[in-house]
Amino acid sequence: MTDHLHGAKVYPTPPTTEERKILGHRAVRLEDPPLVTGRGRYAGDINFPRQMHMRIVRSAQAHGKIVSINTAAALAVPGVVAIWTNDDIKELGPVDFRADRAAEILKPYRQPVLAKGRVRYVGDPIAAVFAEDPYVAEDAAELVEVEIEELPVVIDCWAPTGEFEPGRTTEGALLKHSFGDIEGAFKKAHTIVELDLFTGRHSGVPMETRGAIGFYDKTKDILELHGAAKVPHRNRDTLVNMLGRAPKGMHVHESHVGGGFGIRGELYPEDVLVLVAAMRFDRPVKWIEDRREHLMCANQGREQRHKVRICADENGKILGIDDEIFHDQGAYVRTHGANVANRTLCMMTGGYDIPAYRGICHYRLTNKTPCATYRAPGRYESTFVRERLVDALADKMGLDRIEIRRRNLIHKDQMPYLIEFEEQGVEELLYDSGDYALLLDKSLAAFKWDETDAALKARRAKGEMVGIGIALFVEESGRGPSDGAKISVDVNGDVELVTGGASLGQGFETSMAQIAAEALGVDYQRITVIHGQTDRIAQGIGAHAARATVLTGSAVNETALKLRAKALEFGAELLQLPVADLDIVDGVIVKKGSPPGGPSLSLGDLAKKMAPGAKLLNGRDPHLFAEAWFNTDFTVFPYGVHLAQVRVDKETGQTKVERFLIGYDIGRAVNPMMVEGQLVGGCVQGIGGALFEEFAYSETGEPLAVTFVDYLLPTLGEVPKIDVLITEDAPSPMNPLGIKGAGEGGINGVGGAIASAIDDAIGKPGAVVQLPVSPQRMKALLA
Amino acid sequence: MKPAAFVYHAPRTLDAALALLAEVAPDDGRILAGGQSLVPAMAFRLARPTHLVDINGVAGLDRLAVDGDALSVGALVRHAAFHKADPAHGVLGRLLADVVHNIAHYPIRTRGTMCGSLAHSDPASEWCLTVATLGGEMVARTAKGARRIAAADYFQSIMTTALEADELLAEVRLPMLSEDTKFGFYEFNRRAGDFAIGAALVAYRIVNGKIAEARVGLGGIEGTPRRSAEAEAALNGQAPTAEAFKAAAQAASGNVDPIEDAQTPADYRRELAGTVVFRALERAAT
Amino acid sequence: MSETVAITLKINGQKHAVSVEPRRTLVDVIRDDCGKTGTHIGCEHGVCGACTIIVDGEPMRSCLMFAVQADGCDIRTVEGLAKDGKLNPVQRAFMDNHGLQCGFCTPGFLMLATCTLERDPHIADEDLMEVISSNICRCTGYQGIVKAVRQAAAEMRGEAQEDRK
Repeated sequence: MTDHLHGAKVYPTPPTTEERKILGHRAVRLEDPPLVTGRGRYAGDINFPRQMHMRIVRSAQAHGKIVSINTAAALAVPGVVAIWTNDDIKELGPVDFRADRAAEILKPYRQPVLAKGRVRYVGDPIAAVFAEDPYVAEDAAELVEVEIEELPVVIDCWAPTGEFEPGRTTEGALLKHSFGDIEGAFKKAHTIVELDLFTGRHSGVPMETRGAIGFYDKTKDILELHGAAKVPHRNRDTLVNMLGRAPKGMHVHESHVGGGFGIRGELYPEDVLVLVAAMRFDRPVKWIEDRREHLMCANQGREQRHKVRICADENGKILGIDDEIFHDQGAYVRTHGANVANRTLCMMTGGYDIPAYRGICHYRLTNKTPCATYRAPGRYESTFVRERLVDALADKMGLDRIEIRRRNLIHKDQMPYLIEFEEQGVEELLYDSGDYALLLDKSLAAFKWDETDAALKARRAKGEMVGIGIALFVEESGRGPSDGAKISVDVNGDVELVTGGASLGQGFETSMAQIAAEALGVDYQRITVIHGQTDRIAQGIGAHAARATVLTGSAVNETALKLRAKALEFGAELLQLPVADLDIVDGVIVKKGSPPGGPSLSLGDLAKKMAPGAKLLNGRDPHLFAEAWFNTDFTVFPYGVHLAQVRVDKETGQTKVERFLIGYDIGRAVNPMMVEGQLVGGCVQGIGGALFEEFAYSETGEPLAVTFVDYLLPTLGEVPKIDVLITEDAPSPMNPLGIKGAGEGGINGVGGAIASAIDDAIGKPGAVVQLPVSPQRMKALLA
Repeated sequence: MKPAAFVYHAPRTLDAALALLAEVAPDDGRILAGGQSLVPAMAFRLARPTHLVDINGVAGLDRLAVDGDALSVGALVRHAAFHKADPAHGVLGRLLADVVHNIAHYPIRTRGTMCGSLAHSDPASEWCLTVATLGGEMVARTAKGARRIAAADYFQSIMTTALEADELLAEVRLPMLSEDTKFGFYEFNRRAGDFAIGAALVAYRIVNGKIAEARVGLGGIEGTPRRSAEAEAALNGQAPTAEAFKAAAQAASGNVDPIEDAQTPADYRRELAGTVVFRALERAAT
Repeated sequence: MSETVAITLKINGQKHAVSVEPRRTLVDVIRDDCGKTGTHIGCEHGVCGACTIIVDGEPMRSCLMFAVQADGCDIRTVEGLAKDGKLNPVQRAFMDNHGLQCGFCTPGFLMLATCTLERDPHIADEDLMEVISSNICRCTGYQGIVKAVRQAAAEMRGEAQEDRK
């Protein structure tokens, strides 16, 4: 059955939804009942007796030397317990990377927990106020006097580098990904197009701001971080290292999370501070970020400049892409190291079969808020660049935008498709499966591309500026290496599933329950899914880079199958029937094909009979319990097509998205309703980044978008009807369920598709070179 | 984002409120009505009044009624009161119902007040534009008495009005409009409910097929809302045609001194002034 | 800390006698002093709508009111929507139509929609959408919310349930 492919275990094609009971079906979410009744428990809802409140004093300057910090007036405020500066936590190292081995050279650029001698962005934590009340903490924080001697700022990552510290420039690294003969490609090319492209700085901006509560259990000597998200286990490991604690004495707990999108749940200075303070004061310490802080301190992303060229032969077959990237990392390197820059570099060629590629990335520090991953990191950026290039090439060669894409797509017969980079240590990409042309055809048909094109021509003839655009992309999800799960059935027949996954609101509990329910044969609503608790399971992958469903889901499937086998083994003995004759239906072991009333045994009753000491066990382990692991070294690659229709208001420059279609191959969907929710939600964030959201800065590094009046999140009024076409034409052979991730497919191509549609609308191919396309920028384009 | 401390006063009568205001105004005491602009400013600690005189419990300030040739709007009349035009308010009621939908969002309109908007005087405020265009009159009260301030004298510069610190804007009086008045409002912003980048309100009558008594007001373009005499001159005496509207738009655009911000150069607003005037005129004509 | 004022908040019919500083926002007092944490804080400057509650029959941003101003007012929060364990039509519709993901903005949307539809279930769809555009959701892309609110409106008008799929 299993074959091997580039060293990967290959799984057979999984069953379709029709052949399954619950997996692959729309199912109402297990998460919802507490959330619609106000019984959720988010970070802000967590309180401990005797807790203190922390407030951070932040830099008002973008770059400078700290001359003095005077806390006397602040300390005199009644209710203030203590105020810390870096002097009080000298022993603490900077916030460490959690991943990215290649980031060794970036270590000098890590962020101290409180500023050490220098501040490097507006918002940089300088001091921490601990007080009895959050209002009082804020009163006191205002009274901390900080004298700063200003230093020159670097605002644009493509500007000449500055000094990060003596002997170290603001270019943290020069990264490179390449394959093929790029010089040769351009030498023999028929057509060359060069572009200078900019992706604007924006971010996830979840509706819940960050929050962290440190609690020290003196009796057990356990330090607890509450309010965690995304990667609890990995953060625990980092904290263990930073704080010098034994793993058994450090636990991280996730509760409800008000949106993550990649930026929430990374380890930030404030997380470390509440823990250290909780221990030192022997009091719980609570910190809830306010919105202004969030917009100047939480991870931002996307800001890059690409000086890029593409070349093709006389038939429009792409021969090479050559890109010089300037990547704005902001003031410090945070937990991801160079991950976003690397994802930009490695995914640049997308779904096209391109023989030569060279990407060079100047990874630059600037005096702005630090950056890290935001939903589809590096891919939103690279898709915008690649699809701009392809549109420009089509225009220059007089080819149709769709036709040129067809000519360059990787053919399904080329799957699996291997991309190997020449640079040592750069991971290869192995596109596991896909029929890109098929999805393109289906998406165009669903969008009625040709009819729409004709209809819009008529509208344009009447003076309107309307157009359609396209972006194709390949996503990546479910990178390894490994995740595990534990399942137990209690004497009541209720099932507990313990995972090391994390829930950020994406429906993790429901999807895991559906997978377990299908494999085990129980009602998914009887399954309680545990996640994000480091004291419940030793290891966990968390929820990032669309890993949760693929990796944890596969582990859950393995575990549920193992438990099923165990249940059937014992059931067979008790019912005195061969295992092959048995099935588990709604939590009851029954004889296959037998009418109601036939031999049966509920899982709850079986669990009773498997109690420790029971005769039935006969030397075997008690309890209806199983634990299993799923290991993989391979990523799976879902892919998509984004089609947009826009109208540009000639006079004001405002762009309105009239219609959007997401075509996406998910391999196999766990819950199509939730997949659709992920795609549509991502798409609206993408519209935000393409047209509205921007963290702008003044020349002196003053952040200009620190309120929701200035940072423009799309509301219902800005959002068109979004159609979703989910296909299952290319299940992944890399996992038993055939699934691929859904988290990032809604956002990936939005910038590219909208840019393409705007060009079409205003009749100027290649006009859009910068996101977001604000009305003011659009007017400049139209001028 | 927690407000700084203040002393809270909740008077029950207008006299008590005015007496309190007289007492606390020199010490940066302020009136709290709807609070939909003041409270956010306090959350950011951009505003830190030492005293707040909350007038929400003051009887009689929620009066909304036709009073002679004007519509009298009391200090506690919420934006939402204008959602459904009162037939007794005639064309003016319909005009206000049209404008109110552009003010922030519904849950803000249930609390915020027209007089509060006028006291706050954001350049992009829809009500400020309305009052400037229609020639409203502000009734300012102190413990000592009352005075009336004409719109033309009221708006002084960005967020600065003729109102003194110890004056309560107790009422605004909007002139009733003749039944044949045509009006049009157009606002441009990035998202529905946002502050206007530019907005225009126009009103005129048709006499013998020609535009008469044209009023063209611009908001969000300059530091304060104001009528464009040039645009009005371009309209009066003309038939309501696209050409006339274009001429008015051009006249408006050519005679503004726009504010600038980091995203929006002056030229953008200058051109926008013409666009919003044209579109408001189109709406008025249909 | 400045002087506190004794007030009584009536939340979902239950009285809470608390003593608060005048500067404390209504949402902070509802959450921290009255323990009703279902109302969420998203921006504290009146834009996002996560803290929307119903005060004396009108939807309001509870971050833009001081608790002292709500003394004696009739306050409704998300905790009071379900009656005897039975969800109200808007809550049910949000579940049926995947109108929520992380759930953080959900209480605000539920209160906004409930208040609007209780008052006038026959509200024109265009007006309903204008009201719903008051609040921000970062997860769903609004499509599920729109479906949910329309379903709830139909149900509250007494129309037969549409095919829910």
